[in-house]
Amino acid sequence: MSDTDRDSIIARVRRFILEEFLPGEDPEDLTDSMPLISGGILDSIKNMRLIGFLEEEYGVAFEAHEISFEFLDTLELITSTVQAKLAEKK
Amino acid sequence: MPLLELHALLEASAARDPDKVALEDPARDTSMTYGELNQRADELCAALQDLGVGPGDRVGLCAPKSVGTVTALFAVLKIGAAYVPVAYDAPLARNAFIFADCGVKAVFVDEDLAEGLREEYAHSGLGDFITIESLKPYGANLCMAQASEGIEQSPPEAARNLAYILYTSGSTGKPKGVMHTHETALSFVDWCSEAFEPTSEDRFSSHAPLHFDLSILDIYVPIKHGATLVLIGESLGKQPLLLGPIIAERAISFWYSTPSILRLLLENGRLDAHDFSALKVVFFAGEVFPLKHFHALKRLWPHPRYFNLFGPTETNVCTYYEVPSDLPDSHTDPFPIGNVCSGDQAKAMDEDHQEVAIGEEGELYVTGGSVMIGYWNLPEQNESAFFTDPQEGQWYRTGDIVKQDKDSSFTFSGRRDRMVKRRGYRVELGEIESALYRHPSVTEAAVVALPDEDAGVSIAAFLTWTGEKKLSTIAMKQFCSKNVPLYMVPDRFRALDELPKTSTDKIDYQRLKTMD
Repeated sequence: MSDTDRDSIIARVRRFILEEFLPGEDPEDLTDSMPLISGGILDSIKNMRLIGFLEEEYGVAFEAHEISFEFLDTLELITSTVQAKLAEKK
Repeated sequence: MPLLELHALLEASAARDPDKVALEDPARDTSMTYGELNQRADELCAALQDLGVGPGDRVGLCAPKSVGTVTALFAVLKIGAAYVPVAYDAPLARNAFIFADCGVKAVFVDEDLAEGLREEYAHSGLGDFITIESLKPYGANLCMAQASEGIEQSPPEAARNLAYILYTSGSTGKPKGVMHTHETALSFVDWCSEAFEPTSEDRFSSHAPLHFDLSILDIYVPIKHGATLVLIGESLGKQPLLLGPIIAERAISFWYSTPSILRLLLENGRLDAHDFSALKVVFFAGEVFPLKHFHALKRLWPHPRYFNLFGPTETNVCTYYEVPSDLPDSHTDPFPIGNVCSGDQAKAMDEDHQEVAIGEEGELYVTGGSVMIGYWNLPEQNESAFFTDPQEGQWYRTGDIVKQDKDSSFTFSGRRDRMVKRRGYRVELGEIESALYRHPSVTEAAVVALPDEDAGVSIAAFLTWTGEKKLSTIAMKQFCSKNVPLYMVPDRFRALDELPKTSTDKIDYQRLKTMD
């Protein structure tokens, strides 16, 4: 299993969000389809930190218009966005 | 002829029916008739004179509520002085500060607290304590002492006819004394007569401590009408299992307390086990009554009329709202604060003192008979507390943000000092609390704003939580994001066994800020 398969990305991003923004919370509460931006968990400052993490961890770059809930609102969406960027690189 | 002094209400009722019971004290199982109350107050008046107290002086009162403390309060009024009640269970240093601040000439103090108060008062001195034997049979352990004036000052000219000074917490951290005269108090009491039409058959609760402004209605309205006042002492007042039976057995017809106490009764008072048919009117004031608790109370007490009384200590009650008896359970918007009381005028103004349009938010200003004459010895705060209109005179600035509806009733939006800016938006912390109350597992909610390096302001929510599952920040953020705009979703959530309260049973926000 590589670090860039779907399950690994979801697990890694989940861990990052929990450790950075929600210390002490039960990981099971943060489901794959839970809205993060429209659900009040990620605000604009936290979003920028998440982007910084994704760019460094996966060697991808985000355009300004992608920093929005259409691309980043759930763990599933974040993972799809990262995977699409990785595919473009190849 | 209208009566011009508060103690004249007692004298008139005592003359009409001296044998009627004026005061009952269930905790001490004592009572006092109008004749006795008037006579004991006259006797205490003489004792105060011996201590050098005269018209225009102030007298401190630091004791649990009892038949004796109410007698003492009338004695002070009869002599032409003003009483200054404090929370007897507050730190004695704070109480000594208050007494020194307004330069009391004498103090009434509970015997158990007397020596402690003397120690705190050492810098200016208290004379020998004199036990008040005449009140012992009524279960009151009061003593009195002469006080040398703490600071050199003469009362302001307008304060000549002061009836009482109620100290409230000031934003500077030092309590400030709200001055009411016989006229301002009577303006309010007379409005109560007109609005609620009590009779001598009525039985009023006195739940609020004497230093809390709710006590003005509690004491003087029943005394004016020759009704009976059931004194609920401070410790009894917080024991719902005892309180429920007392309201029922003492056949209380007018109940007045904060919503917090009603909620305590509702949840722990076994209200379904007693007969509350005597209850005609329930007043609540002092804080917002979360609708879910109101509906639950109404199911257990369906018959009384419910009134939301609104107003800071500075204005007595200035607006009131009667809850419609057919209010549907689905109604979850907070109650309006209602229409202005006759005798006062109110309007919502913007920062330039222009009246705002119907439906627009503005700060509530009040003028009229029941508004305080000012704060004791705080010229700067008096300056900022009032706006003087060249035509209409002085308006008290309440600090409350309101909207006026087409029917001229007001709706409360929040406190000016509880408005914060977050991400450029104006956030009313009370609105977040209202949203949190809609959560089925939340029984109490309090939200505070704190300075934050990254975001400018961060918002913390404190909850009492009855959910089976542990409080989850993730789940609460999801819940809030469905009920308020995202910029209002709190950053942090914390469950507490109970929220800290002030001596007047309001949520203690200052303490919460230190707990985040």
